[in-house]
Amino acid sequence: MGGRFVFEKPDPHNAFITRCMDVAYGDGPLSGIPIGIKDNISTAGIPTTCASKILEGYIPPYDAHVITLLRSAGAAIVGKTNMDEFGMGTTTENSAYGPTQNPADPTRAPGGSSGGSAAAVASGLVRMALGTDTGGSIRCPASFCGIVGLKPTYGRVSRHGLIAYANSFEQIGPLARNVGDCALLYSVIAGYDPKDGTSLDLPPPAPLQAEIQGKRIGVPAEFFGEGVNPEVADVVRSAIDRLADLGAEVVSCTMPSMRYALAAYYVTSMGEAASNLGRYDGVRYGPAPEFFRPWHDAYSRLRKEYFSEEVRRRILLGTFSLSAGYQGKYYAKAQKARSMVRSDFNRLFEEVDIIAGPTMPSVAFRLGKSCDPLSMYLADILTVPANLAGIPAVSVPCGTAGGLPVGLQLMGRHFAEDEILAAALAFEEGSA
Amino acid sequence: MTVIIGLEIHCQLNTQTKLFCGCSTDYREDGPNTHVCPVCLGLPGSLPITNRQAVIYALRVAKALHCEVPEVSEFARKNYFYPDLAKAYQITQYDKPLAVGGYIDIEGEDGGEKRIQLTRIHMEEDPGRLLHMGSGDRGRYTLVDYNRSGVPLIEIVTEPELSSPKEARRFLNKLRATLEYLGTFDSEKEGSLRVDANISIKGHERVEVKNITSYKGVEKALMFEITRQKGMIRRNATIVRETRHYQEARGVTTSARSKEFEHDYRYFPEPDLALLRVSSWVDEITLPELPDARLDRFMKDYGLSKNHARTLTGDLRLADFFEEVCTGIPEIAAPWTADILLGELNYRDMPISKVPVQAFRSLLMEVKKASVTDKSAVEVLRLMLNQVMDGTPPEMADEIIARLGLAKEEGDSIVEIVTSVLAEHEAAVADHRAGKPGAINFLVGQVMKATRGRADPKEIGRIIGDLLKE
Ligand SMILES: [Zn+2]
Repeated sequence: MGGRFVFEKPDPHNAFITRCMDVAYGDGPLSGIPIGIKDNISTAGIPTTCASKILEGYIPPYDAHVITLLRSAGAAIVGKTNMDEFGMGTTTENSAYGPTQNPADPTRAPGGSSGGSAAAVASGLVRMALGTDTGGSIRCPASFCGIVGLKPTYGRVSRHGLIAYANSFEQIGPLARNVGDCALLYSVIAGYDPKDGTSLDLPPPAPLQAEIQGKRIGVPAEFFGEGVNPEVADVVRSAIDRLADLGAEVVSCTMPSMRYALAAYYVTSMGEAASNLGRYDGVRYGPAPEFFRPWHDAYSRLRKEYFSEEVRRRILLGTFSLSAGYQGKYYAKAQKARSMVRSDFNRLFEEVDIIAGPTMPSVAFRLGKSCDPLSMYLADILTVPANLAGIPAVSVPCGTAGGLPVGLQLMGRHFAEDEILAAALAFEEGSA
Repeated sequence: MTVIIGLEIHCQLNTQTKLFCGCSTDYREDGPNTHVCPVCLGLPGSLPITNRQAVIYALRVAKALHCEVPEVSEFARKNYFYPDLAKAYQITQYDKPLAVGGYIDIEGEDGGEKRIQLTRIHMEEDPGRLLHMGSGDRGRYTLVDYNRSGVPLIEIVTEPELSSPKEARRFLNKLRATLEYLGTFDSEKEGSLRVDANISIKGHERVEVKNITSYKGVEKALMFEITRQKGMIRRNATIVRETRHYQEARGVTTSARSKEFEHDYRYFPEPDLALLRVSSWVDEITLPELPDARLDRFMKDYGLSKNHARTLTGDLRLADFFEEVCTGIPEIAAPWTADILLGELNYRDMPISKVPVQAFRSLLMEVKKASVTDKSAVEVLRLMLNQVMDGTPPEMADEIIARLGLAKEEGDSIVEIVTSVLAEHEAAVADHRAGKPGAINFLVGQVMKATRGRADPKEIGRIIGDLLKE
């Protein structure tokens, strides 16, 4: 059947960078459903900028694997959503196309870096959207905007066509207003792709069913540690109580590696980012500027002009942590810390089925208030462990604090997306 | 002053497709940027997928060179900025290479066998290529061609065990022959082999010479560099550790501006590729007959001298060519192929693959029948090769001999010619009779001239002797 979708609603929160006003769609499980795509996922014929000036005007000649899957599922791809430049940020303020507002409170940030996708869903512009999660970039805006967001297991969704920030962490994942839509979009994008060397060949996702009865849920003390807003902590604690009421067995536990998680994440991700962003030298992408001699000078001038301060900060830190004499001190140590996080999770998952805690340590930040990069990095403390270990994690709305949404994070074993989505659905429905 | 040389050799693996994508590697005849895709252009979001065939080829080399293949190897990123490097990093291998150890046996300086140990073999992708329009630094602009980007290379690193340019040349010849026998390498392709050399005089700093792109260049660059270093030592100058460029056209090495090579490559494991676990593949690889084995067989089966056998097996195409023409006449085919034909080909810069096998064999058969003199046979060969170069179909030897009247002069007719030469050169005859040594050679030369080389000089000498005795 198929048809055309006219995408003409206003975009008051600046959720989109590029909008496709009149879109063809096909048949399939997503037939005619408008879907927003984070602007770091390549779309043939549609500009893909990573919210960076350095990719301004870049139109990929090919579709990311997930886009091919969406098209064949009949989806209407209505545009590219706003984000922090190259995925670097926790607020979606760090975009060359201006900040996105949080539909729950337009004076606040939607979270990042998939803030445009989250805002587009939360404001009803689209029913669902794709984001990417490197250190929490799907779960953070889902939590801040009061919607559902899933970071799948590393290797479960093809990264082919995803413009890399930190390859060893990031996954493409769904954002939607409810668990059902989130699972539906996930079921379309999950699967093996021979074009991604880290993709894994596993059976397709199971049909979604609410299920929490008899599950053991671990709650690490560290997830309610220093820096977690007490109001947020209370909301999440009562959400976990509700899981117990629904038949789950709640177990207290600890995750000692948590204190290394952030450092391990930032050192590694910045190292990979510095490498990934080297190709943006002003020659083949971005505005065609005047060229200087020698080419070293041209490169550095262009990169200084077209990368934002945050991106340059991460490139410099990443370059430093990999450079001769420092690699052992930083990068190698980060790899060690990363494997400690992995083994902590492995140990916990021998005892419990799901690990629960807050998604973010606070509610949405006020726009324009996030000037200190270090405190912004600290905000990722609860989401990065899942990326370090490559395990799946979902954020599901669990109430409000001070009138703003709070997210409950559920993490599962590798490839246990079905299990955490089943638990999230049970929580959402308030039924077992 | 003891010379110490170590080599790093980059060889293109002769696969159909590139190392991390499906683009064809057969680009040399085609226009720039016609063999490219998002992966080899390094477009945002593209991901590398390892070419299984390239890995098998590299393992084949590793097995043939007696290397050990570790359980796990790993691709890494080597980060640097250069306009021909699409991603600003090259996917290569760093601390976990595909193969370690191994060796190649060559003929050493003393004529005996010498074993050169290898450090490692690793796989990597080639960058693209820059075309500078206009000359040097003053060029107006530079074009980038990514056709070569992603072509699979192996880098073979030797221990610093070579002790002369000649040994280095022999090492490379042996390596090239082995790679060609394996079917993994085509030395006739432009840019298929590139060498960096580390050269030092024992007790002094070492110098790295980069950018050597021909076999002849290696020997020349090493000779230049050794002479330079020895000269400095004699003048009590200090050799500084540096990188130098080999200037092929001038045959000299020049110091690279230090800034250009102050690289910190910031290696780290390539996160887009899984670890390589291919050591078990090695058992499945069967090796073809390699140069050493073929050399032994040529000596045994055809009764060739070691020198001829070494020359003929030193190049796969040449060895195959020899086996095609030598049936029944190896003792003639060996010197005619190894000495005479190769000399003619070198002079013409013509590859062995261009030589018409049937025509060459027909010539050898004439030589066997002794229907022409060696001198005339060489003339026939030259004519054949010229015909190839002109693009005219080569004639068989007997046709050329008949057409040009090159058949050997024998019997009565030659006696007649000798008699008339002796009559024309009475003075020389007198000198000969007076016992002057050079006179007989002069007379033989005159007969050869009169027969245009169609007579056997030894035979002429005998006839002159007989006639003058009478
Ligand atoms: Zn390609």
